[in-house]
Amino acid sequence: MDFNGHKPIYLQIYDHVCERILSGEFRSGDRVMSVRELGIELGVNPNTVMRAFERLQMKEIIATKRGIGFYVCEDAKDKILSEQKKDFMEMELPEFFKKIKLYGIKIEEINELYKNFE
Amino acid sequence: MIKINNLDFAYKNTQVFKNISLEFKKGNIYGLLGENGVGKTTLLKLVCGLQQPQYGCVTVDGYTPSLRQPDFLQNVYFLPEEVITEDTTPEKFIQKIGVFYPRYDFGLFNKLMKELEVDLSKKFNELSHGQKKKALLACAMSLQTDYLFLDEPTNGLDIPSKALFRKVISQYCSDETTVIISTHQVKDVENLIDPIVILDRDDVLMNASFAEITDKIYFEYGPERLQDAYYTEMLPGGYINVLPNTEHLESNVNIEALFNAVMKNKETIKNLMK
Repeated sequence: MDFNGHKPIYLQIYDHVCERILSGEFRSGDRVMSVRELGIELGVNPNTVMRAFERLQMKEIIATKRGIGFYVCEDAKDKILSEQKKDFMEMELPEFFKKIKLYGIKIEEINELYKNFE
Repeated sequence: MIKINNLDFAYKNTQVFKNISLEFKKGNIYGLLGENGVGKTTLLKLVCGLQQPQYGCVTVDGYTPSLRQPDFLQNVYFLPEEVITEDTTPEKFIQKIGVFYPRYDFGLFNKLMKELEVDLSKKFNELSHGQKKKALLACAMSLQTDYLFLDEPTNGLDIPSKALFRKVISQYCSDETTVIISTHQVKDVENLIDPIVILDRDDVLMNASFAEITDKIYFEYGPERLQDAYYTEMLPGGYINVLPNTEHLESNVNIEALFNAVMKNKETIKNLMK
């Protein structure tokens, strides 16, 4: 995994686990790899991985069960998608609008392209 | 836990530490940073008992390292920067010193040698510098001491070995271990070390976790050089600005920029982090 320099590493690990849930590698009810295992795989400090897992737990994407460790929550995928959608609408869309305004692209043009995209 | 209280230390006429106090807590991989000659190696020697404080005290889980009690020594390993060039194989070397360490595991040694890709059949003096460093690292880690002190461990390692190094150290770390890595090669240990300790002549400028650092300091990546920044540096594609985190924003620590910011604003940042 390549980390970028701008975003806190624990948030990048958070995103990384979310991606692996979305891709179906970790399924609902499945055990997620331990903090230790993921730390070794990524070569990062286990405390940083723990911070990412705490956030995943807080967002109810993963939960702990005694004797099992962390497992993926029932509706984890939906939660991740709705969070990512929210981020997209709030962060990326305004950037996109800024750009089409800057380049003088009309919304009709975008609409046409989107139709073809579908 | 390692506790250093009001420590003074000097080599003949050269004062290294003057009244410094510092703690290292269990379950962490500390990065020990500082310019040349500020005493990083000396600090490691003091906590493992190779040097003795002239004033003040150093304790490790209640033990005084300089008394060199076997119960203490069997739980500590210091890997110096200089590599040995003994006319013996790493295997024979570890079997010789392993007897002094109760948790020493020969199986683990073999596994680590394999993971780090070191040729088991060669003697130390037949291995390249990087291979020697990796063999010694495998030796050190197979002793499974709770305290592991590494002085410039990534010097001389090739690029793939540096990634392997991060993996094996991450693997070594548990709730009971304290690993201290002294280094100038911060890129090699990025995302591995946390907390960070920055030493200065006679002083400790910082001892803080990434969470504590980013709570107080903000790392901004942007198109311009900001005036009120502690430190600014040009990066490909823009600037990194190290600023006080007044708006409680989250950012990623850039260790090099942090180090330079601390060096330029010693007292300000020291007080900020208190």
